Amino acid sequence: MFRYYIDLALRSLGRNKVLTALMVLAIALGIGASMTTLTVLHVLSGDPLPGRSGTLYYPQIDPRDSQGYLPGKTPPMDQVTWTDGMNLLRAKRADRQALMTGGDVAVQPGESTLDPFYEDARFTTAGFFPMFGVPFAYGHAWGGAEDEAHARVAVISSTLNDKLFGGKDSTGQTLRLSGTDFRIVGVIGDWNPNPHFYDLDRASYNEDEGVYVPLSTSQDVGMNHDGNVECWGNGGNGINPIHDSPCTWLQFWVQLDSPAKATAYRQFLVNYSEQQKALGRFQRPPNVQLRNVMQWLDYNQVVPDDVRLQNGLAFGFLLVCLVNTVGLMLAKFLRRAGELGVRRALGASKRALFAQLLVEAGVVGMVGGVGGLLLAFAGLWLVRQQPASYAALAHLDPAMLLATFLLALGASLLAGLLPAWRACQIAPALQLKSQ
Amino acid sequence: MNIQIRPILVALRRHKAGTLLIALQIALTLAIVCNALFIIHQRLANLSEASGVDEADVFVVANYWADVNRSTEQVDAQVRADLAALRQLPAVLDATPASGYPLRGGGWDNFVTKTPDQVKPTTDAAVYTGDEHFIDTLGLKLVAGRNFRPDEVMVMGTQQAITPPTAIVSKALAERLFPGGDALGKSFYAMGTTPSTIIGIVDPLHRQGVDSSSNSYAGQALIWPLRADDSKGIYYIVRAKPGQLAAAMREAPKALFAQSRMRIIDPKDGVQDYATIRHKVFDSDRGMAILMGIICAVLLAITAAGIVGLTSFWVGQRRRQIGVRRALGARQRDILAYFLTENFLISVAGVALGTVLAIVFNLWTMTRFAMAPMSMAYVGVGVLVLLLLGQGAVLAPALRASRVPPVEATRGS
Repeated sequence: MFRYYIDLALRSLGRNKVLTALMVLAIALGIGASMTTLTVLHVLSGDPLPGRSGTLYYPQIDPRDSQGYLPGKTPPMDQVTWTDGMNLLRAKRADRQALMTGGDVAVQPGESTLDPFYEDARFTTAGFFPMFGVPFAYGHAWGGAEDEAHARVAVISSTLNDKLFGGKDSTGQTLRLSGTDFRIVGVIGDWNPNPHFYDLDRASYNEDEGVYVPLSTSQDVGMNHDGNVECWGNGGNGINPIHDSPCTWLQFWVQLDSPAKATAYRQFLVNYSEQQKALGRFQRPPNVQLRNVMQWLDYNQVVPDDVRLQNGLAFGFLLVCLVNTVGLMLAKFLRRAGELGVRRALGASKRALFAQLLVEAGVVGMVGGVGGLLLAFAGLWLVRQQPASYAALAHLDPAMLLATFLLALGASLLAGLLPAWRACQIAPALQLKSQ
Repeated sequence: MNIQIRPILVALRRHKAGTLLIALQIALTLAIVCNALFIIHQRLANLSEASGVDEADVFVVANYWADVNRSTEQVDAQVRADLAALRQLPAVLDATPASGYPLRGGGWDNFVTKTPDQVKPTTDAAVYTGDEHFIDTLGLKLVAGRNFRPDEVMVMGTQQAITPPTAIVSKALAERLFPGGDALGKSFYAMGTTPSTIIGIVDPLHRQGVDSSSNSYAGQALIWPLRADDSKGIYYIVRAKPGQLAAAMREAPKALFAQSRMRIIDPKDGVQDYATIRHKVFDSDRGMAILMGIICAVLLAITAAGIVGLTSFWVGQRRRQIGVRRALGARQRDILAYFLTENFLISVAGVALGTVLAIVFNLWTMTRFAMAPMSMAYVGVGVLVLLLLGQGAVLAPALRASRVPPVEATRGS
């Protein structure tokens, strides 16, 4: 029966080519536009470290003076000061912890013919690599001992390794960074978490850090900090932070393997704030937050406003396309009142007629879905040509591919319901009489 | 021409579903189109924001030092030598050191207060640094006061916090701080313990950032007489002699490398003219405007196609009825007028609902995306466009209807 309905549907659709084309086009445009923006939204709001992000937390505290403090309303600071960062790091109250900040270093290739160039860098402590599950292509991360010893060691990305060493194992080699020699101990494998959750002050997406060096060492050799510096009071000014200034410029991440540990850590942050207040360093009552990765991304509204606005508009667009298709299907189905009357008179039940018309709507939806998919591919290609930092990430994954077809099919069946129901209400005798 | 509205309404009641669908489609289209027009207009307005810079002749060199382990004195000596070399170039009119430049897309800004112990900052200002050549190099218009003297220019090394006792501010900042218009000679605090006295006022001077968060501080900037001798690098803003921009952009990096090889100037975007800077910083605004334009066009086309489709169906359905009317004496233009009026009535209902939806949509974007309230002019334009679109779309089927011959009345369909 189903095949017969498909056959009927194709015949009927072939009879009014313009109307059919119009319906398919409307569905395709609506699906294409909404799937393009939905895919971008899906990619941009994804989990940067699936399976791991639930146990990674970002502690926030509030070391500012009491000026401008509204209890319960003022959020704590987004980053930590050098003093607090070091205190929390040394307290070692979490399963793993790392203190870090962004920077950039001048890379001076040794014997190669490359000119010196600037590379984004991360100054961090050893906990970074095991905590974030960073895979290594060659070598390994540095350890806590190297942090303590201010060792001149570096980990580089595979991209930088390709550029400098042609992709060969470069561990043990010397790399000159901002005028100081470093020994390469590891080359990171395929690792590019998006969004760049651990430091959103630089680009949120597609951040490409080539060099990782111990935080302690980076401060010794005077490497440049690059990122947001937020100061309070009258102590801060300028672009470069200093260790004892009232400025926050570091990110502190912890791994807490169970909810109980997270609760305990939160209490530790409160206790720490109280202790610092007693010491006179903090002036505000404890003002702390402990968010995991996804909560942190959500709090920072990391998905660009324009992307969300585009998504809203695209779904409005799909709605108009659907209303349009309902109208066209209504016209099409009602025009065939005569034919449907004959089928009713020959014994087809209302239900059978309804099924037949919905199959026809489904065929339109499938064809529209294929068209929409092609348009979505074109749309995503256009997005990738944009200069935005996230542009290169806009690719359709299998889940979104399936979603496209389900959306197209669902949309066209929804659009077919009313016209099919209306067409089934036709009294067969009346139609036969007017033939 | 005598148009009977009642018969049309009676006929429409027999096509409730179709009528409602067209009206709904017009309403939704209106809601989206006028909001999209509003967004397009806003973004296009951004594109033409004045920077205050003589954009035709100015370019920026992003100069990074390859060796960061130099003292501030060493860096300063190099910066002075570089500037002297740049200013001597035949195609160059002037040059200044800087820590940032207008339309850079973000950078240094400080809260500004009128007293040192003020709890809530009065406002916020983009911070520019430069020497006594800054104003002339950028081509800023000094509307009051004077330029910096060479002896007022101070040196700011890496990780140093220096508040110079003098500053030149943009007119927008001057008026925000001292609404009386007497800002010259007054002092302010910008996150430092010592005040800066306003010695000059320029107008206009754009901020470094263009994102929505700096909208409420639009055009508020201050210039401090500082050579920011950071161990990482420095911007050189250079003004070419009129018509010699290309030559100056070629010469400048060569002259700098002749001074010292220990620097990194990105071959790709280390030297940028203002056309490029402006193009880059407003890329997303332009992209959004184009996208909205495409959405509007496609949406209007789809709505028009929908109206054509449904009206064609109605005309086909009513051929006999039209024939009867023609046989009873209705002229072709009466039939035409009938369908045009029918569409007009549906469209009016659609735009009425659409106006409500448009405002709701705007309120949603205001709360979710901090957008400005939309002027009703956009709704007006949208209503006009959709009414014309409806009449245009219905014209072809209506003409076909008007050509139905009276003899159709006698044919059993």
